[in-house]
Amino acid sequence: MQRETILQADKIGKYFYDPVKFKVLNEISFNVFRGEFVTLVGKSGSGKSTLLYILSTMDTDYEGSLHIHGEKVTGQKQNYLAAMRNEKIGFVFQFHYLLPEFSCLKNVMIPALRLGKYSRKEIEERAYQKLAMLGLQDQALKQSSKLSGGQQQRVAIARALINDPLIIMGDEPTGNLDSKNTQNVFDTFKQLAHEFNQTIVAVTHDNDFAANSDRTIEMQDGAIISMDKQF
Amino acid sequence: MKYKHNINSEISITYIVTKKKLTLVAALGVTIGIAIYIFMNSLMAGFDRKSNETVFKNSPHIRVYKDDETSLPLLHTDSNKLAVIINPKVVPESDKIVNPDQIVNMLRQQKDVTIVTPQVAVSVFYNNGRSQITGNASGVRIDEADKMFDIRSLMVEGKMEDLKTTPNGILLGVGVADKMSVKPGDNISITSSKNVTKVMKVVGLFQTNNSNIDKTKSYINIAAAQQLLIEGPSYVSDINIDVINFDKAPDYSQKFSSLTGYKAEDWKAANETLVAASTMRRVIITAVSLSILLVAGFGIYNILNMTISQKINEIAILKAMGFRGKDVVRIFVQQGLIIGFMGVLIGLMVASLLVYRMSKFYVGGDIGYFPIRFEPLIYLRGAAFGMIITLLAGYIPAKKAADVDPVSIFRK
Repeated sequence: MQRETILQADKIGKYFYDPVKFKVLNEISFNVFRGEFVTLVGKSGSGKSTLLYILSTMDTDYEGSLHIHGEKVTGQKQNYLAAMRNEKIGFVFQFHYLLPEFSCLKNVMIPALRLGKYSRKEIEERAYQKLAMLGLQDQALKQSSKLSGGQQQRVAIARALINDPLIIMGDEPTGNLDSKNTQNVFDTFKQLAHEFNQTIVAVTHDNDFAANSDRTIEMQDGAIISMDKQF
Repeated sequence: MKYKHNINSEISITYIVTKKKLTLVAALGVTIGIAIYIFMNSLMAGFDRKSNETVFKNSPHIRVYKDDETSLPLLHTDSNKLAVIINPKVVPESDKIVNPDQIVNMLRQQKDVTIVTPQVAVSVFYNNGRSQITGNASGVRIDEADKMFDIRSLMVEGKMEDLKTTPNGILLGVGVADKMSVKPGDNISITSSKNVTKVMKVVGLFQTNNSNIDKTKSYINIAAAQQLLIEGPSYVSDINIDVINFDKAPDYSQKFSSLTGYKAEDWKAANETLVAASTMRRVIITAVSLSILLVAGFGIYNILNMTISQKINEIAILKAMGFRGKDVVRIFVQQGLIIGFMGVLIGLMVASLLVYRMSKFYVGGDIGYFPIRFEPLIYLRGAAFGMIITLLAGYIPAKKAADVDPVSIFRK
């Protein structure tokens, strides 16, 4: 079966300049296919987070080239990248980064309101759906700061899903969660990848989490040492 | 983009609503700034108006008269003759304006000229028994002079119109009348610089609230003034001109000077001290009131800076989710503008209250009530300055927020 390439990294290299010039990433090349649940693992300082932020288009200071969904994003203007992130990429971080003044529902709606593809009413319905999918329909109208940590993280995932992004990027998405919530998030990711054909790229320290993903890329000292690590 | 949801405003309004106290404090800063700015500038406008009113009770916008001429110190002759050197001195010529009617008619036809009236100025002594005071009698056509100086409104006793029916009538300043202890109906004799003495009948008393004028000035018919100077009916010493906009008087004086061949002096040149004082007042008040507005701007700047520092994580996630730099700028500039707008609105009300209260304050003396009133233009300017400063105070921190690098926040 010919699989669609969603993300294509080609010889990506990056330097840190502070305190001394130091090469963090060394000619990283790999592809991620549609519907794949990929995890990036490696020790601290291996460059996996740095790579993720380059893949996310937020970090534009790198060598090599990056294609997302067939479009070259390397060298594009900030506004173009912002619009692309809004439409095609969802983010889940270790910390939820919800806007505490807003209700959960509003937090989930914000990226969709920015995109403006649907009317406000449709966006609200879709936000409810996403929250329901994560078992949070009862919390929708609560202020986001009133929820527990696990619930907040699930709201953040719902927010990442609202625009039906092609790729969901996670930086330690389960880093702050207990095992029950971790399992929850993992199942959700798996479901998104296999049922909704969305692509997941997540950095993790959790070996169980990585072991159960479709593919694990292991990094060490700024280079990929294994494209399909087995546990 | 199919729909345009105003999510930026939604966020900034939420930030304001959830930080009511801070917002109020920042708005209060603007309120005080605006109120003081408007109040002080209204005060200045009031002072200026009062001072101009005082000036125009006695002097026209432009006065045309024959200037003293000084004789040339050197008479040039042919090179083969001797040159004559003379001590320069005022040529003893009469200060008479030749053919005044023609000049008056010509000036009346000029653009923007509202009133032109001839006048004969006489230096006089007012005599009553043994007491004698020096002063000036202005020989005028009383109807025209009234239009120019609004004499009717200054009358405190008698009637101005009686001057027309009484050839030897005189309108006295209250100060003169007080010293001479005369009242309308009494006679006084006046002596001119040409040593002509005439008995005049007091028909009315006026008060300009400028005690210097009230103690020296009187109005008489122009014919009586000509007789006092032993001159014929064509003698005129000054031609007084009012123009539409007195602030532009200096622009016309040059033109009228070359037009008539006589010296045309505008009120600003004649009252240099007053004009200089007004300029000084303007500089001081503008500097003080603008600094107060600036301080208000710093209030908004501080509050927005604080908000942005607190919300740096949220700004990072918004940028990650696809908000552009200018969206972030809009969120915070809008927040600043809403705070500023509230401040300006309350400021306008507070300023009105201050101005109203002050206008009811009785000072007394020549001034009466405090010369202050509502000046729509100053309100407009205050509001505009307030919003501009708010915009700047909001833009600087907002720009900083827009330049936040989300990666550096997430990697902490």
